[in-house]
Amino acid sequence: MSILVDSDSKVICQGFTGQQGTFHSEQAIAYGTRMVGGVTPGKGGQHHLELPVFDTVSDAVRDTGASVSMQYVPAAMAADAIMEAADAGIELVVTITEGIPVLDMMRVKDYLRDRPTRLIGPNCPGVITPGQSKVGIMPAAIHAPGNIGVVSRSGTLTYEAVYQTTQLGLGQSTCVGIGGDPISGSDFVDILAMFEADPQTEAVVMVGEIGGTAEEEAAEYVRDHMTKPVVGYIAGVTAPPGRRMGHAGAVISGGKGTAEEKFAAMEAAGITIARSPAEIGQRAQDVLK
Amino acid sequence: MLIHEYQAKAILADHGVPVPAGRAAFTVAEAADAAEHLGGERWAVKAQIHAGGRGKAGGVQLADSLDEVRDKADQLLEHELVTEQTGTKGRTVRRLLVERAYGFTQEFYVAAVVDRHVDSIVFMASSEGGVEIEEVARTQPEKILKTTVDPTVGLQPFQARKLGFGMGMDWDQVKQFTRILTALYRAFVDNDASLVELNPLVLTEGDGLLALDAKFNLEDNGLIRHPQLRELRDPNEEDPKEHEAHAHGLNYIALDGNIGCMVNGAGLAMATMDIIKLSGGEPANFLDVGGGTSVERVTAAFKILLADENVEAILINIFGGIVRCDVIAEGIIAAVQEVRLNVPLVVRLEGTNVEQGRQLLEDSGLDLITARDLADAAEKAVAAGKGTV
Repeated sequence: MSILVDSDSKVICQGFTGQQGTFHSEQAIAYGTRMVGGVTPGKGGQHHLELPVFDTVSDAVRDTGASVSMQYVPAAMAADAIMEAADAGIELVVTITEGIPVLDMMRVKDYLRDRPTRLIGPNCPGVITPGQSKVGIMPAAIHAPGNIGVVSRSGTLTYEAVYQTTQLGLGQSTCVGIGGDPISGSDFVDILAMFEADPQTEAVVMVGEIGGTAEEEAAEYVRDHMTKPVVGYIAGVTAPPGRRMGHAGAVISGGKGTAEEKFAAMEAAGITIARSPAEIGQRAQDVLK
Repeated sequence: MLIHEYQAKAILADHGVPVPAGRAAFTVAEAADAAEHLGGERWAVKAQIHAGGRGKAGGVQLADSLDEVRDKADQLLEHELVTEQTGTKGRTVRRLLVERAYGFTQEFYVAAVVDRHVDSIVFMASSEGGVEIEEVARTQPEKILKTTVDPTVGLQPFQARKLGFGMGMDWDQVKQFTRILTALYRAFVDNDASLVELNPLVLTEGDGLLALDAKFNLEDNGLIRHPQLRELRDPNEEDPKEHEAHAHGLNYIALDGNIGCMVNGAGLAMATMDIIKLSGGEPANFLDVGGGTSVERVTAAFKILLADENVEAILINIFGGIVRCDVIAEGIIAAVQEVRLNVPLVVRLEGTNVEQGRQLLEDSGLDLITARDLADAAEKAVAAGKGTV
């Protein structure tokens, strides 16, 4: 078991024939992801990476039975691509694209509200179930199948956490990057609930950062609904207020969203804290004992 | 992205929000010309900087004659203005807004913001205008009224009426207020704003509503579809190093410490700053070199870090994903040779092709300190900064 994707998941790529889409589709295929095609409007009927290209997501779903779409569509067109996937009945959309206007994401969230599609991202590394399916840009080699669920708002910091658990011989059930934008498809709570329900996952590592209140809401959820141990880390203790720290969502505003507040909320909820980013793997090992 | 008050008011006026008659001025002569052109007997001379708290700091002056406009303009232009938001160094005033001054009987607060809790635009309004809204939120939270906009249908007139009547406006004022809020919403959406604030929106002696001060923050990602708004960026309002970084596609924020950091990814960059602090040091900056790290970018990043005279050691922390460590190592080697490094350099590489990367660094003969993991890197950088390595 795992969450979101496994070796049976049929995956298409939107933005398939572009540079990013091509490179990461090749990597995904090499990893063993069950890629069944791709979508690039205007290139329907062609073949790319020995897979069929479709003009629309609907065509791709009809002909391949795909349920997952990974997206490398440029920011200006990305919102449209997400809505097209939802309209076509795709169950899981993983949007890697960085820089999507916030007002576009606002409309996308509204569009998805009454539809069954789950969105991961945007501005995220994607989802990987080690040994089974890689839907994103993460380096495959640092992952290993195991029983730690990883959920994070950042990219390379997720790799750091994953790598530490791999080094300690723990491995991961599934790793999910939810993205660093202020408005994203899924939040910590959505993913924590899935890990709680997943028999393979025995503990969860949650990597947050300054800005917003997603970590506080996650802490409440952990306190009220989770039986599995959770390890938490928050990046940005030294971040100055009022400055956007790279990610659009990572900004302390009006004295809210500080790392200290988030650490305190997590501790109060019974989450095991890693104060140092170098201790995340070790804490995960500790809670499994 | 932040823009100046006069630019904000131009956008708002274009959409139908009433603002005072005014003109931007870059010199004393232009300020006097502006006042003369605007007419009237009383003018406000307002310093244009990207920071609030100008009124209290003397950045907004009233003048009753053209001579007085010249005097006030002369006092402000090319001088430092220190407000509670600028830090102690203050900001040099290079632009002014000259406006006709209006008497008023009441001040309101109005703002629209993208609220990440509800994934929608939320309007806030308060009868306690002209003061800091954070203060009102603390002492009289019941005086702040809110309404959430449904993204599908946009702001509806009833929502504006609810806020207007809620603030004690009469029907005639509410009608004006509804037009203003509708215009503000259009300006917000058409320009991809992240925050628009009218503080105060005043009721003039003639019983008209007027946006006396305005703030219009643009959402950075939204700028991809507004090339004309990108041109409103004022490099003088940015830290020169941050401006330089921006031009190279680097995310850089200057801090006060002595350990310069170069990291790929925003989250890992923050984590690296934090572990430096935990190891007893102070980070000199936040710097995310991004995903597509090239020799040019690494070189530009080095130059920016070295331009900071507080930097006593540099820590490079790269977790290669798509970017291969051997490519990064080549970038570091080329950049170090070009910039002639004069402080200790600690390098921690991990991820894709890490062995080749480490080998390249070793074979380069460069005088650098390699670290095996994150904790080791931070300790070595802090020690190097103290001169103990």
